[in-house]
Amino acid sequence: MTSHPSPDHHSLTRGPASPVLLEATSQVPPAAGGDVLKSGGARPRVPRIPDRIRRGGLPYLLLLPALVLELLIHIVPMAIGIVMSFRGLTQFFIRNWGQAPWTGLHNFKVAVDFNAPIGKALLHSFYVTCGFTVLAVGLSWLIGTGVAILLQENFRGRGLLRTVFLIPYALPAYAAIITWAFMFQRDNGLVNHVLHDQLGITAKPSFWLIGDNSFYALVIVAIWKSWPFAFLMVMAALQNIPRELYEAASIDGAGMWQQIRKITLPSLRSVNQVLVLVLFLWTFNDFNTPYVLFGRSAPEAADLVSIHIYQSSFDTWNFGSGSAMSVLLLLFLLLVTAVYLIFTSRGRKSTDV
Amino acid sequence: MRSIRAAAAVAVTISTLAGATACGGGGDSSGGGSNTSPKTLTYWASNQGPNIPADKKILTPELKKFEQQTGIKVNLEVVPWADLLKRILAATTSGQGPDVLNIGNTWSASLQATGALLPWNKANFDAIGGRDRFVDAAVASAGAAKKDPAAVPLYSLSYALYYNKKMFADAGIAKPPATWDELVADGQKISKNGTSGKWGLGAEGGNLSENIHQAFVLAQQHGADFYDASGKPTFTSPGAVAAVKQYVDLMGKDKIIAPGNAEYSQNQSLSDFSKGKTAMVLWQAAASTFASQGMKPQDWGAAPAPVASGTPGQGKNVNSMVAGINMAVFKNTKNTKGALKFVKFMTSDDEQKILNKAYGAVPPVTAAQSDPAFNVPGVKVLKDTLIKSAAPLPQVASESQFETTVGTAIKDLWADAAGGKPITTASVKDELTKAQQQMTE
Repeated sequence: MTSHPSPDHHSLTRGPASPVLLEATSQVPPAAGGDVLKSGGARPRVPRIPDRIRRGGLPYLLLLPALVLELLIHIVPMAIGIVMSFRGLTQFFIRNWGQAPWTGLHNFKVAVDFNAPIGKALLHSFYVTCGFTVLAVGLSWLIGTGVAILLQENFRGRGLLRTVFLIPYALPAYAAIITWAFMFQRDNGLVNHVLHDQLGITAKPSFWLIGDNSFYALVIVAIWKSWPFAFLMVMAALQNIPRELYEAASIDGAGMWQQIRKITLPSLRSVNQVLVLVLFLWTFNDFNTPYVLFGRSAPEAADLVSIHIYQSSFDTWNFGSGSAMSVLLLLFLLLVTAVYLIFTSRGRKSTDV
Repeated sequence: MRSIRAAAAVAVTISTLAGATACGGGGDSSGGGSNTSPKTLTYWASNQGPNIPADKKILTPELKKFEQQTGIKVNLEVVPWADLLKRILAATTSGQGPDVLNIGNTWSASLQATGALLPWNKANFDAIGGRDRFVDAAVASAGAAKKDPAAVPLYSLSYALYYNKKMFADAGIAKPPATWDELVADGQKISKNGTSGKWGLGAEGGNLSENIHQAFVLAQQHGADFYDASGKPTFTSPGAVAAVKQYVDLMGKDKIIAPGNAEYSQNQSLSDFSKGKTAMVLWQAAASTFASQGMKPQDWGAAPAPVASGTPGQGKNVNSMVAGINMAVFKNTKNTKGALKFVKFMTSDDEQKILNKAYGAVPPVTAAQSDPAFNVPGVKVLKDTLIKSAAPLPQVASESQFETTVGTAIKDLWADAAGGKPITTASVKDELTKAQQQMTE
């Protein structure tokens, strides 16, 4: 494109060859139209809306729908949730929320009273979730990164493998997890068929969906579900590392392991920062996996906090209490995210210097 | 210039519209319905048949009949069980719901407490022919005592002991057990302490409601209740503990239930029964499920569920909960008169016969029970149980919480029993104590 936009525009609006545009200008309030004619080739000016606001305001105007929708979809429910947490919103009031009594910090006090049963159960569920998140995020990251690095080498079938590895990420969560639930069944499940019937590793068929093993079942499904995402992100990041670095390193006598430690991992740093955070948030809040796997009451060993909150509000119709727990969860996640970002960003600055 | 203005205008319009529609959903908080749309009704039916199309096929001709009689068109939606309560809660919260709906009768008091359902006072009952047309126990399961019921009984069900005739004959058992001792003895003849590969009894350890139903009946037989007269939870009374222990012991101590049943929650115990893996199940109206799984009616028998004395009755001889479906009118309906007419139609003697026959249930309307269809062997047991020896689950506002907490406690105990951990009175009491402590006021 060589033509200069602004003079072109004016010649067009005044030229007889474009009646449509001409008509359009004539509908503009007279002041504006006259202005265009009077100022000739100079920048057009609309007196009623000062230039500064017109230019500065437009982006905001265009953002307005998104902003309003964001308010409606995210902020308003969140605010309502926070308000709910200060009220005794039980089944007696769900028909008319406004009548639910204000209970101040009561819901929060109940939730964090770790000597009483409700607080104790919440704390237990919190610990379970922490353990689950550390294992699931750590192993997802490890597997994803490992596989991405291995698949960097060019070999026949690489494209196919990459596609296959992404399948768990592409499958609808419900379908995938319900399949796992079938596989984990004690009597007819594939897992016990292989472990017990075929390999004879376990002395008798084990339960995976109830009792203590349910924790491992949950971790396995979560890893299976989220490692492809880690794989995808790391794979994309690896494409940006210049080959020359590795060539230079190998000339210097660096082995595979040293190359990974000294070149690959530092280069992945910024991607990993986001990746681990996102994985952490998704995993900590995961609701689908335990809900589909265990139904509406998860075994104690696998009682993740999201499903625990669901049970304390929906199944018992005590929405105030559930909201208070959700607010606590939100605060915790905000805190962890903030600390994580401060910590990792500061670390990066010092290495960059 | 022009295009920018247009874009801005569109942007503003969209924002305003979005705001306006979002504000349009507010609910009407005043009580009572109106009659502003007398020509249509929306009806949420629960899923009673083998699947949703089957329900539509059964109900549509009846709704057409109603339309011919009254000129009111009924829009039918069959809601699966897994969604029904959530849908009702959502409708209650928003005030936008159906006009008439089905509820599981154990939810009656909980939903009654929300105030979303039209109370069935004398005037409303009179509009459908009077309260005394219905079986007492069924009306008792439609809301808290001493309050106007929140619903009207529509289909009634009760528990019976279903047994596999061939497996009984093979094990040399002449007649179905009438007491728990006989049931355990017969079960052991079949399961031989778990060595035969076949099992005496089936259970749904992962199904919270199922756990509650059985524990409730056993508690009655131990002279206990999960709630006292004032509606306070009494989960840890010696009778309640003994009841739960007795139930879980069927797996842990008596070894007549397969350990795998601890994780069942999708009616797997019924398919085990149909396949001849287990000889007995305690279930409500299982006939159509057995048929759909390829079991012929002559292969199974139905007997009253066992009680210690061998003779079901009231008090300690209760052998079933009053199970069933109630019909309620949503208070926010725009067609109260039409809704009452519709309930009257659905609970009329003729419709009661047609519908309960189709679903293998028992009519809660006394006059309809005399129909010979409800005297065939499978159904007669359910009917007699319902009339003579069934009791409604506690009709308290926190019933739904009770199902969750105690149901989960029993689920955890099943898991322990299946994992080989000993089930003791102390361990049962621990679990029930935990459950009771989680009940919030």
